Amino acid sequence: MFRKKECVAMLLAGGQGSRLYALTEKTAKPAVIFGGKYRIIDFTLSNCINSGIDTVGVLTQYQPLVLGEHIGNGLPWDLDRAWGGVKLLPPYQGKNGADWYRGTANAIYQNMEFIDRYDPEYVLILSGDHIYKMDYAAMLEYHKQTGADATIAVINVPLSEASRFGIMSADENGRIYKFAEKPKEPEGTLASMGIYIFTKKKLFEYLISDEENKESSNDFGKNIIPTMLASGEKLCAYPFEGYWKDVGTISSLWEANMDLLGEEPVLKLSDEDWRIYSRHEPYAPQYIGEDAVIENSSVTEGCEIEGTLKNSVIGPGVKIAKGAVVEDSVIFDNVTIGEGSTISCSIIDSGVQIGKKVSVGAAKDNAKGVAVVGAGVVVGDGEVIADNEMIYSGKEK
Amino acid sequence: MSVAGLIFSNIHDSSLPELTAKRSIASVPFGCRYRLIDFPLSNMVNSGISKIGIITHNNYGSLMDHIGTGKDWDLARRSGGIKILPPFITEFENPTARRQGANPFDALIGVRNFISKCTEDEIVFSYSDIICNIDLAAVLKEHKARGAEVTLITYSYDASQYKNSGGLYTVASNDDGTVSAISLYGRRSGEKNIYTDMAIFNREVLLEMIDSMACDGYNDFYLDVLGKYINKGTVYAHSFEGVFMRISSMDGYFSASMKLLSAEARDELFGNKERPIHTKVRNSAPTLYKEGSKVKNSYIADGCVIEGEVENSIIFRGVKVGRGTVVKNSILLQDTNVGENVKLGCVITDKDVKIRDGRELSGHTTMPFFISKGTTV
Repeated sequence: MFRKKECVAMLLAGGQGSRLYALTEKTAKPAVIFGGKYRIIDFTLSNCINSGIDTVGVLTQYQPLVLGEHIGNGLPWDLDRAWGGVKLLPPYQGKNGADWYRGTANAIYQNMEFIDRYDPEYVLILSGDHIYKMDYAAMLEYHKQTGADATIAVINVPLSEASRFGIMSADENGRIYKFAEKPKEPEGTLASMGIYIFTKKKLFEYLISDEENKESSNDFGKNIIPTMLASGEKLCAYPFEGYWKDVGTISSLWEANMDLLGEEPVLKLSDEDWRIYSRHEPYAPQYIGEDAVIENSSVTEGCEIEGTLKNSVIGPGVKIAKGAVVEDSVIFDNVTIGEGSTISCSIIDSGVQIGKKVSVGAAKDNAKGVAVVGAGVVVGDGEVIADNEMIYSGKEK
Repeated sequence: MSVAGLIFSNIHDSSLPELTAKRSIASVPFGCRYRLIDFPLSNMVNSGISKIGIITHNNYGSLMDHIGTGKDWDLARRSGGIKILPPFITEFENPTARRQGANPFDALIGVRNFISKCTEDEIVFSYSDIICNIDLAAVLKEHKARGAEVTLITYSYDASQYKNSGGLYTVASNDDGTVSAISLYGRRSGEKNIYTDMAIFNREVLLEMIDSMACDGYNDFYLDVLGKYINKGTVYAHSFEGVFMRISSMDGYFSASMKLLSAEARDELFGNKERPIHTKVRNSAPTLYKEGSKVKNSYIADGCVIEGEVENSIIFRGVKVGRGTVVKNSILLQDTNVGENVKLGCVITDKDVKIRDGRELSGHTTMPFFISKGTTV
């Protein structure tokens, strides 16, 4: 059965995503719903298959149930393969004990055997919490051409935001000569996207020596990349242009959803040549009722819309009753919103039931922040949930 | 009880000549995102049937494309799963190729081999031009409890209202549910218990019937073969109650589609969480309703971009409705591209139709205006 793979992708999907609070209480961040019918990880997985990478290890740790069920055997992404395909890699017990993944580098270190099964020349390291469409094959080509030991995808960010990222300084040939993780006074605007291609041999060398260093926090950004740079290895920056968004916070997740709307959306999902695949449930088509008003919104399968929708992204199986108004909001799947309720500038998680004449959030121009209602919450008639308020899952309000 | 399914994909092709010019009746698109065969297939899958033969005769390219490996119905199985049964050519002649699709009699002779190789006790039949969501598992349970060899599923309605009521059978039954007579449905028959073209057969009995009809020179499976077999008292009728639609003409297709705008039909066909209708996944993005769009009382699939007005219409995947355009009482099949300032009323567009800016097209509910696949207007 053995066939060598040129490049194996390792997708880090174990993070808790603690800054998404209620939304990641029972779900790992990569499995959070995005754009109505997708989950965040669908973008990275679709990028892999669209780039011709058919072997993907998904490293899971925090709340893996929903994520594991979503990925399953990889069929929706054509990653159900006889050799390769998608494999879930949770932490495991070894002969000398068991350990959680202690950092991004340690997670890969613990799965070196998995990588070696395919004897690849290159290893692509990805994280499952970004929304973007990118051809990794082009990046791999660049990595081969430059003969780099590691290639880091970078994107230009505004100088004012640069201190939130790992900032690279590169010469005219793309060779990185300086790397600063979240610098207080950034010297440039080339931000690391958390996407790395390593030549496997070098990667393993540094993973092993990093593991021996008890001081290390076993992280790519904090440890591996700086050490490689200090040792004089060839690190190159691969410039990416296009849409890319880290959806690690409530406001950035809300913003990224809003990027799907508008006259010419900055983020398009209808690209025939770069489809975003996801696991589908057999929902019926969407029914738009007699009195419905829908403007500048995205609606998907299984919805029944009788009320008013403005500037909103609606997930599958959502029912919005007559007289209800939803604006500037993101609604996940199977939510019901009762008559006369108003939802403004909010994120409503899966399975939430909102009664009649409920008010959630405040009008966009006055809102202090995005209101969030966690999965499965039942909100009784006439309740008020303020802007910026967060209701955790499974509770009644 | 072990059961296999058998779906006839070409029978009644001729009742929808416009939509079946390039496809079989089984792959006629219906209800925004489905093909007609999704209904019998899902009914079988939802009842625990995991081996299904699909009898094809001609024009089955689009059907094969739709079915693929069967994985969208969870039928990509090592054992069982979906088997497409095309006509075959023998060394000396090709009788089955000539005959297999036209009627159930010849179709059954053509697939005798498939039936004889099945190891299941019962075979469930279904045609592809019927739309319903039926709990076949319950019917099978009743079939077994009654000790039936054959159960014909019937539906009580007046078929004379339809343009095309030919080829329908009336089933009369006794108080204990056994069938007393099978006859052709006549133009003036009124409301009757009409055979739905769904049935359960004991496999051994079915094989016997196929062999006897080939020897005895019969030519109508239901009247000649089954009509004689009812004397045994083991042929039962099961009356289906619920939403049942048969597509037998273009205006019938139009009115059946429009029925989906009623909550009752939608809830019954698609509302049952235990028995969803499965179809081929296309990975379309959600539908975008742009600023200034107006949509009322319509059933819409994913992958559309709506900038104009849509009312009382059925919109399939990937349809674009341009700015200033008004679409009323129409059915727009996959990837129909309607330009700006267009007016459509009672129009059915087949796949990949393009309507240029400013066109005005209109039919009537009894005579919808049909535009064939790939046409640019």
